[in-house]
Amino acid sequence: MTSTSVKSAYKQGFRDGAPFILVIVPFSMLFGVLATEAGLSIFETLSFSVVVIAGAAQFTALQLMGEDAPTLVVLASALAVNLRMAMYSASLSPHIGGAPLWQRAIAAYCTVDQSYAVSITKYELTPEMSAREKIFYFFGTVTPVIPMWWIFTLVGALIGETIPASLALDFAVPITFLAIVAPALRTRAHVGAAITAAILSLMFFSIPYNLGILLAGIGGMMVGAQIEARREASQ
Amino acid sequence: MIDRTELWIVIICLGIGSFALRFAFTGLVGDRKLPDWLMRHLRYTAVGILPAIIAPAVLWPAATGGNYDLPRICAAVVTLTLGLIWKNVVGAILGGIATLYTLQYILS
Repeated sequence: MTSTSVKSAYKQGFRDGAPFILVIVPFSMLFGVLATEAGLSIFETLSFSVVVIAGAAQFTALQLMGEDAPTLVVLASALAVNLRMAMYSASLSPHIGGAPLWQRAIAAYCTVDQSYAVSITKYELTPEMSAREKIFYFFGTVTPVIPMWWIFTLVGALIGETIPASLALDFAVPITFLAIVAPALRTRAHVGAAITAAILSLMFFSIPYNLGILLAGIGGMMVGAQIEARREASQ
Repeated sequence: MIDRTELWIVIICLGIGSFALRFAFTGLVGDRKLPDWLMRHLRYTAVGILPAIIAPAVLWPAATGGNYDLPRICAAVVTLTLGLIWKNVVGAILGGIATLYTLQYILS
């Protein structure tokens, strides 16, 4: 394995991750705006984004703290929203698990929906990539995204309430996730998993602390795995 | 007003907890082989969790107080359709945003 192939994997990852700047910018700005509206100082807002670096969990925590929820409930809910990161970690581990520990630690800090989704798709499409190429590809996908997350949290905190609600910044998240999921619906098993998860999530909507999302996701994964197992058995 | 001590407890514990979740497998399991049934499920992580997050956010967005909102729903349908046809993430996002703003403008 040459260092050129690792470099080109990094560059390829950077190119594939760069489009998500479009999404990260409004999303992180929105967090900055809402956090300062909730009474956080600019320093506190920025610390939040640098330390936690998980949009959905940050919004959950902010919302619940605003509602004076007990600290334990705030933490449990926000971490439940982030439980999917453990599943991402599990699904990445066969690919990047062989990298040195410090690289895996950095990768763990940088694991966000977009970097995970882009990387895992790439690994599945090009299984001939080496372990080093894979982790540097991953680093490439996060390089354009993570600094933007910090910077635009700060921008959002600074400009605060001047953003009109009609910009519907909140909808940046569902639109991105849809755009990521659609090309990933490659087989009947993927489609089955996605449809099941969406329906279950609507049915479980009233379950507190966003646990319904997690249960629905697991339900979707089980259906996907079942369809795959049956297809293999029938071949 | 959010209590300062509580805020910092949340920031620090959430930071540690989030890192632990992300490090759980890549860090501790490494490249040891996981059982086949588990891998079979993990292949559907993204297509399971993401739709579960999206579905309620599209139909009952928090920004509209949980009420269904036509521009948001149409934007979601356009994004999904474009993503399925083009297999292009950015194209689908831009199409969705254009739909959202156009309909908001027309309906306002």
